[in-house]
Amino acid sequence: MSSTVPSAVKRPEKPGRRKGRLGGHGWVAPVLLILPTIIVIGVFVYGLIGSNINTSLQDRHNIGPSQGFAGLDNYRDLFTDDDFIYSLRNLLLYTATFLVGTLCLGFLWAWLLERKARGESLFRAIYLFPMAVSFVASGVVWRWLLNNAEGDRASGLNRLFGSLHLDFLQNPWWTDERWGILAIAVPAIWQLSGYVMALFLAGFRGIPEELREAARMDGASEWQLYRHVIFPQLSPVALSAIIIIGHMSLKVFDLIMAIAGQTNYTTQVPATQMWVEFTRGDYAKSAAIGTILLLIVAILIVPYLVSTYRQERRR
Amino acid sequence: MNATRKALAAGLAALSLLAVSACGSDSESGSTDEVEVFTWWAEGSEKAGLDALVKVFDEQNPDLKFVNGAVAGGAGSDAKNVLQSRLQNGEPPATFQAHAGAELTDYIDAGQIEDLTDLYKEKGWNKQFPEGLLDRLTQDGGIYSVPSNIHRANMLWANSAVLKKAGIEPNKTYDSIDAWIVDLKKIKAKGIIPLSVATDWTQVNLLETVLLADLGAEAYNGLWDGKTDWAGSEVKDALADYSTLMSLTNTDRQGLDWPDATQLVIDGEAAFNVMGDWAEAAFQEQNKTFNKDYTAVPVPGTDGVFDFLADSFTKPVDGPNPKGTEAWLDTIASDEGQVAFNKAKGSIPASTTADTSSFGEYQQTAIKSWGEDEIVSSLAHGAATSVNWLTDITSAVAKFGSNKDVAGLQEGLAEAAEDNKPE
Repeated sequence: MSSTVPSAVKRPEKPGRRKGRLGGHGWVAPVLLILPTIIVIGVFVYGLIGSNINTSLQDRHNIGPSQGFAGLDNYRDLFTDDDFIYSLRNLLLYTATFLVGTLCLGFLWAWLLERKARGESLFRAIYLFPMAVSFVASGVVWRWLLNNAEGDRASGLNRLFGSLHLDFLQNPWWTDERWGILAIAVPAIWQLSGYVMALFLAGFRGIPEELREAARMDGASEWQLYRHVIFPQLSPVALSAIIIIGHMSLKVFDLIMAIAGQTNYTTQVPATQMWVEFTRGDYAKSAAIGTILLLIVAILIVPYLVSTYRQERRR
Repeated sequence: MNATRKALAAGLAALSLLAVSACGSDSESGSTDEVEVFTWWAEGSEKAGLDALVKVFDEQNPDLKFVNGAVAGGAGSDAKNVLQSRLQNGEPPATFQAHAGAELTDYIDAGQIEDLTDLYKEKGWNKQFPEGLLDRLTQDGGIYSVPSNIHRANMLWANSAVLKKAGIEPNKTYDSIDAWIVDLKKIKAKGIIPLSVATDWTQVNLLETVLLADLGAEAYNGLWDGKTDWAGSEVKDALADYSTLMSLTNTDRQGLDWPDATQLVIDGEAAFNVMGDWAEAAFQEQNKTFNKDYTAVPVPGTDGVFDFLADSFTKPVDGPNPKGTEAWLDTIASDEGQVAFNKAKGSIPASTTADTSSFGEYQQTAIKSWGEDEIVSSLAHGAATSVNWLTDITSAVAKFGSNKDVAGLQEGLAEAAEDNKPE
């Protein structure tokens, strides 16, 4: 045994053999194959990120050409601007609500279906369906549902509360200065909870029945079973869900545009502010906001990529 | 070897695809008898106006071909973004729509549109448009666009039946905002919305008329050239009035646009609405009779002042078809063009030589005022300030809409003026 294994491993490492198979220039074919992708990504992703960062460092606040290099002035201006701080705060509130809402609801639904609820395929379809609708399309409907008129002129949810004699539930929704942004999270949660449910359901189904049986044989209670067997198995799924929902949340734009419009103060987030600045021709400022958004998303995504890379290497 | 060749072929194919798509745009310019007119007039009375113009254009220029470059959406902001990227890439349309006045500043500074002063002299347009208008069109010593119409922004629309119900004479006029507020409160006591307003830009429209009413035309004009102090007590008082008015409006304003706010008056749910005279078309469409079902008078305190805005057409630098552009501008300035367009759009001709005898009753009053009144430039519609300044004002007004902080509003407005003051 010990004499045959090393020779089997060594065989492919013989230089002559490798040369014979790939014709002397082993790297040419693979490089050529991925070259178009590299060029396209290089130009349209990294090139444009570079160009965006460059614009954000220029003194270019109208549609004319740049008036010179401004360094980090645009960033400094942004972080001393109350409105921008307000939109960052909005983004944080929105992301937290959106994340917690989708994870809790998604997990709950997946758990109920996992408990062999009747009519599983029907519920799965119902919960997953909102994801098929675009944010803009659902936004138009939610714009009506979240109408902030109260009393006689109420429509949408406020009207519903009124007719159910739950008047105290009527509220100004997204026009409230402090908590208005949370109203935008409601349709977002509605739309993506089903997706998180699907992720968790796949996670549940991926846990072999033998594991549970073994735990039960060992005398684990239902809670201990979840605590020590099922949750650890679901944690990669939960992490993926956080990353996916989190980065979608940071980029929220279409939903706000469809519900509240671009200049509305209470639902301002960096992405809508970037659009307003771009529309008025303040290219440097909008590029700076874009760069900040990219950095925020990177803060979330990069550790995830690093950890998955490490895990894969460990395998 | 085989794998290498395949990869090479695939790579080349991908590259050639890229090359083809990069060249694609060049072939578009095509024949020179095409005149691409870029607007955001894609529906409603605006589309009807454009269609009427095209009809005149086709009659006057049988050898030219009109190409509709309209981009819909975002109350013109989508169109402006598309337009800007085309201008910066050196692919301008033959002509594009813009609000006349200070909104053109950015295009002029960026060297994107041509000075038409010589063309005005050559064609005799100087004599055709009133002098007050020409003054407002002149920037940096030149005129850069040809106006197609005139709108008035300081109009107060009222539902006669609702006023009667509240015990107010339907044709009553007010000398000042204060006198008006007294009646608004009466209406509120009856449980009717006194004043309807919609989303941000309509609030800016309301604010500008309050400023105009409280400051007077001269001081209002001073706001834009630095002669009136935004942080001063005059503006402070006006903002206090504005704040009172806003407290007498519907609460669901952020979810509405101007047609919805005007509809509240038409349906009798609200008594008053401040809106430009394009609201006339909404009343007409629903078969309401002027001075019977509804009234339209200048906003209290602004009688004798015409808060003007106009749409106009420009000549981009290095346009694809200069002759075609001039032909289009000719149509815009011609009496036939002015009459056809404005009858359909509900506005009035900018040209004094146009025959207006066939216009409707409201339009006749507007034509009379246009001839007699003092003319000032509208803020909300790009005549008074650059796009940048207007954007800053709009954010300050939007912020006020949610936090009701009058001092904060004045601070925001003063800051906006400081940042954008013309040199």
